[in-house]
Amino acid sequence: MTHEEILKGLYDNTLIGNAPEVKDLTNAGLAEGLEPESMLYDALIPSLEEVGARFERGDFFVPEMLIAARAMQGALDILRPLLAETGAQQVGTYVMGTVKGDVHDIGKNLVNIMLEGAGFTVHDLGVNVAPEKFIDAINEHKPDIVGFSAFLTTTMPMFKANINALEKAGIRDDVIVMVGGAPVTQEYADRVGADGYAADASTAVRLAKELIARRRSAVPA
Amino acid sequence: MQTVVQSPSRTVVIGPDQPFCVIGERINPTGRKVFQAQLQAGDLSQLEIDVAQQLAGGADMLDVNVGDPLADEIALMGAAIPLVQGLTDVPLCIDSSVIEALEAGLSAYQGKALVNSVTGEDERLEAILPIVARHGAAVIGLANAEDIPMEPERRVEIAKKIVSVAGDHGIPPEDVIIDPLAMPIGAEPRAVTLFVETLHLLRDELGVNTTCGAGNTSFGLPGRHTLGAAFLAVAQSHGLTSAIMDSRRPEMVEAVRATDFLLGRDEWGTTWIRMYREKQAAAAT
Repeated sequence: MTHEEILKGLYDNTLIGNAPEVKDLTNAGLAEGLEPESMLYDALIPSLEEVGARFERGDFFVPEMLIAARAMQGALDILRPLLAETGAQQVGTYVMGTVKGDVHDIGKNLVNIMLEGAGFTVHDLGVNVAPEKFIDAINEHKPDIVGFSAFLTTTMPMFKANINALEKAGIRDDVIVMVGGAPVTQEYADRVGADGYAADASTAVRLAKELIARRRSAVPA
Repeated sequence: MQTVVQSPSRTVVIGPDQPFCVIGERINPTGRKVFQAQLQAGDLSQLEIDVAQQLAGGADMLDVNVGDPLADEIALMGAAIPLVQGLTDVPLCIDSSVIEALEAGLSAYQGKALVNSVTGEDERLEAILPIVARHGAAVIGLANAEDIPMEPERRVEIAKKIVSVAGDHGIPPEDVIIDPLAMPIGAEPRAVTLFVETLHLLRDELGVNTTCGAGNTSFGLPGRHTLGAAFLAVAQSHGLTSAIMDSRRPEMVEAVRATDFLLGRDEWGTTWIRMYREKQAAAAT
């Protein structure tokens, strides 16, 4: 197989969520001397971005998004140690969780996948995450960003509770706070004092990169 | 076991030998930006439309959730309950995660309401069950605690705990309806088989009535109402006795009433035939 064939195969099979084939092609790529970065940036990430775009247009459905992500995860499991070795750029670290009182996780998981696909290290705290748990995770992982997800109008007030808890713990200014979820609006995000809100997973990734770049450029070297 | 809920002039009995109880889910701001804005402005005029559409679709009860973080939910609930009770005599399900809003709704309610909901978390049980007991209401218990267990046995353990703690507060088991948690099949291929296994265990070990958010199953999928209808038929035949669902969708309500008929809860198809005639009459006008 030529390098082009392998990259095209990775792209096409990630798109349809064929995990075994993506795994085989990743190993084949390495055997054929393809750079891990090339497989990630020339095939896997563009494929997952296409999945995300189709999902947002309503052409793809939740299971298709999830199996595509799973296929990509399989490739990342193989590539991640190699990417670390070659010193591939670390985009940022993200701590993510669904707020206390809320157990919805599909949207959050989709954002996690897109973030990982874009090169973020994501620490997912799961669902029904109490403010103290977010604080512990921030202290442990020193993330660039913490993300709060809420699917219910009734659990959105936890955004404010979490932000208050961060302030009380004296770590509010150490992290960028992003919020999201079906009922959340920009207006609400502003009102609770979040730094960022995105309506969908790919916007969330773009915004996360932007907010990190802004912060890094603002900090005097 | 039979759960009885009431308005001043109507009684609904939920139980394994009864026709399935359709609880209309529409009065809820989640996913409704316009309704959210109305609630923030203290405007409850949408309720009249929501009530009429859901009753026309065949709801036996209505869920009332007016929770919006930018609105005064306690005042809204206190106003919404009498408003809805003025529009219909079907019993209501008072739905909030805010204790004071549940209290306001229950205080305003005439009859015996259903409260939606309590989880198996100690803090929630101790906050909500005394209010339910004081108002002589029934309550929905969600079979999750800090997380959602993926093993049916663990969900049933949580259900047992809720029933037991409810008993400590003087709420009998027939006034606890367990929600075994219907989850999206698009995100978890075992979601419905786990749900069905949990229903079996609940029926055999606790004998309580059950409910769920029937629309959850089809989240993120095409053909949602067809999937929802099939889900309801499956769940009902495995013991589910009520559901919080979109009663404006004929596919879903017809699936429920067809299953009632097939399972012997609508003898001679009286209700099924009446629904047909009503539909014919409506089409003729």
